[in-house]
Amino acid sequence: MGRVIRGRVLVTGEATGDLLVATEPLSFWGGYDPATGEIIDRRHPLSGQVARGRILAVPATRGSSTTTAILLEAIRQGNAPAAIVTAGTDGFLALASVVADEMYGTPMPLVELTPAEFDRLRSGVAVRIELDGTLELAG
Amino acid sequence: MTLAFSERDRGLLEGELGPACAMAMRILVRMARIQGASSFLDVTGAHIDSALYMGEATLEYAERLADLGATVVVPTTSNVAGVDPHGWERWAVPPQWAAKAQRQMDAYRRMGCAPTWTCAPYQTERRPGFGEQVAWGESSAIVFANSVLGARTERYPDLLDICAAVTGRVPAVGLHLDENRAGQVRVVLRDVPPEVQAHESFYPVFGHWVGGRVGGRIPVISGLAVAPNEDQLKSMGAAMASSGAVALFHLVGVTPEAPTEVEAFHGRVPEEEIVADLDSLRAARRDLHTALGQRLDLVVLGSPHFSLTEFRRLVPMLERRHAHAAVRFLVTCGRGVKLLAREAGLLEPLDRFGGEVTVDTCILTTPMLGEDVRVIMTNSAKYAYYAPGLLGTTVAFGSLEDCVASAEAGRVLRKEGPWAE
Repeated sequence: MGRVIRGRVLVTGEATGDLLVATEPLSFWGGYDPATGEIIDRRHPLSGQVARGRILAVPATRGSSTTTAILLEAIRQGNAPAAIVTAGTDGFLALASVVADEMYGTPMPLVELTPAEFDRLRSGVAVRIELDGTLELAG
Repeated sequence: MTLAFSERDRGLLEGELGPACAMAMRILVRMARIQGASSFLDVTGAHIDSALYMGEATLEYAERLADLGATVVVPTTSNVAGVDPHGWERWAVPPQWAAKAQRQMDAYRRMGCAPTWTCAPYQTERRPGFGEQVAWGESSAIVFANSVLGARTERYPDLLDICAAVTGRVPAVGLHLDENRAGQVRVVLRDVPPEVQAHESFYPVFGHWVGGRVGGRIPVISGLAVAPNEDQLKSMGAAMASSGAVALFHLVGVTPEAPTEVEAFHGRVPEEEIVADLDSLRAARRDLHTALGQRLDLVVLGSPHFSLTEFRRLVPMLERRHAHAAVRFLVTCGRGVKLLAREAGLLEPLDRFGGEVTVDTCILTTPMLGEDVRVIMTNSAKYAYYAPGLLGTTVAFGSLEDCVASAEAGRVLRKEGPWAE
């Protein structure tokens, strides 16, 4: 039996994938390669990991307001995470997904957890995200 | 929370003011709901980061809006773009990139954005006043507008800033509202000698340290021995907005919403107190310096964009010196500041030194550096923070004087000065 966490839907959608969990905020500008899905911020603990197709859990974004453009480009190229889970409302990520819906009809699911719930996430665990923001964790 | 619409908001959304306004308002409404806004408010200006070419998606978005007839309804400046149309050919910019980046610039020009193309719009005549509600993109400009000018803007991401500019409306959330502008973290300097605080690198280093510790919260800094000038506030804020997501800081006795510490905190108790001592600042300075050895390919100044005052500081250092043949020396600034610098006679000395100027963009936002540029030197914490990830270079971080001396010598030279251990 897996565990269930009920998150708040920011942008609705279904997704499945393995969790890739960051303990530190990430700027997608200078931190995410939209052509590969690799995390390229060499100061970030996930540097070198490929988030494409995985469920990326980042507490928040940091820094640059260009994060949105990079995530939108990653979605357009099919190199975005399958979904993103955050520990709070992140407008930069939400906007990328809203605009991807407006432009291409391909929103990326985005779910917000409380910091305490977020802290329970572990990399490598398989997750299913439901339309209502429920996370079903395997194991 | 229920979201209230004015009559005009409804008209915008329902397409009465055209399809571009409807598209922009649809995006704004979804964002307002995500952010929990209860209404929208008017803005009197905007600064557009979206003009930056970041691939097909940003170009398609710009041309979709422009083709739908989008026009800005408030005075709007434009941030750095994806190319310097005045001389990208002298650098490694691929012609195809240049063409697309210029198409994207043209789209925003068609929408009525002023062609300022600078990340430091507060150096132009469009400098918002105290309390003015604006919608700004560009993290370093946002933190400057909120903190130094006392204007009010949320952190507008690319793509949303233009929606605000074409509708004149934004969700009433975050830093637009008085109650969200109170300080949260008390930042104290302990035993940091005045000569360190007076050193040019202090502000970028301190900003880098603060941003890494406060994340997106609002720091209140007091007890600085030396009052900073505008360029120092610019560089400190940009550093905080790189290592953290700081959109507003209060500097007690300096910034307009912080005449006293109590007022900066709106009378509330700080969530946390953090202490910067000399050791922590030395570590932050080391963190910005990723170069090994003395190899040097490029010296670059101007992130955020170089000001006229900074040109005036730089030029006397260049006298009777010349950059080494193996090192390029580059200043990045807005085209407006470049014109002023030329009129002030500040470009000829730079030219004689062997220096170059790039306008409208910067090394992080256009692919101007070739593969052979492996080590760059700068006095900017923002360049130092982003270059390793975005460009794959290492960075020598030094003072302006270190940068000039290194360009002349053809190798990295850094004076430890008051930072010496």
